Amino acid sequence: MMYHNSSCSRTQLLQQINEVSFAVDDLLLYLDTHPCCEKGMALYKEYAEKRKNLMKKYAECYGPLTIDDALETNADTWKWMEQPFPWEREGGCR
Amino acid sequence: MWNYEKRLQYPINIKTPNAKIAQYIMSQYGGPDGEISASLRYLSQRFAMPNRMAAAVLNDVGTEELAHLEMVSTIVHQLTRDLSMEEIEKSGLGAYYIDHTVGVWPQAAGGIPFNACEFQSKGDPLTDLFEDLAAEQKARATYDNILRVVRNIPEIADPIRFLRAREVVHFQRFGEALRSVQEQLDSKNFYAFNPGFDMPCEASCKNS
Repeated sequence: MMYHNSSCSRTQLLQQINEVSFAVDDLLLYLDTHPCCEKGMALYKEYAEKRKNLMKKYAECYGPLTIDDALETNADTWKWMEQPFPWEREGGCR
Repeated sequence: MWNYEKRLQYPINIKTPNAKIAQYIMSQYGGPDGEISASLRYLSQRFAMPNRMAAAVLNDVGTEELAHLEMVSTIVHQLTRDLSMEEIEKSGLGAYYIDHTVGVWPQAAGGIPFNACEFQSKGDPLTDLFEDLAAEQKARATYDNILRVVRNIPEIADPIRFLRAREVVHFQRFGEALRSVQEQLDSKNFYAFNPGFDMPCEASCKNS
């Protein structure tokens, strides 16, 4: 097994990533039209950092979600290609 | 899910506008063998692929095609900004100008609007991958046709040569994806069943 065991399950970790990533998506749009908002900037910083750490943790435990984390897996081979697509049924590949 | 990078895959800095050439190159944005067609084709076909390798190739080439449609539309934009009314009328861009000013809009060189009928998503991996191989060759041939027109204009020819070279690389990767699908089929009859419909998923996508 090339991946570390994690304190939380794949589904739980992915759920956390989805939540902080949506906060980042929404703040991005808000800041595009409110570039001087201090509160918006502070929130963006908080969520962007959380997202970065969670993405890294996910890559280490379950494989990369993005190409920038492709080498965070501690594996010798290319893990990006093996990652399941988000529409797949558990245990299948479609 | 996608994230945007505010950069071009290959830099483009066109300083001299040229309405005639813009009209030709526009075809690789919204024409029959253009980059919109390419990206929508691969990103739509991903779902029917029977193994992770073929799906990954379609996903990742389809993603790169989004960067290519941005490059082609950048070329069109830079070739049409700062045009005079006289140049627009003389070059034959007049009809386009009436409907779109010099906004970027997906159409073929001959004026036919972009249409999803320019590509297929058959739900049959062999059919789709053979279409993809042909699509890369058609795009490569279109870039060759463009290059005969712009070969003496380096600021246009350079990015077009880059895009042409990528078509050749994509063709190669699609060939390998096709082989990965054929290897999981009945070697005596590749058409015995459609792995995108008749057969449940094969072992090649199991998590290791």
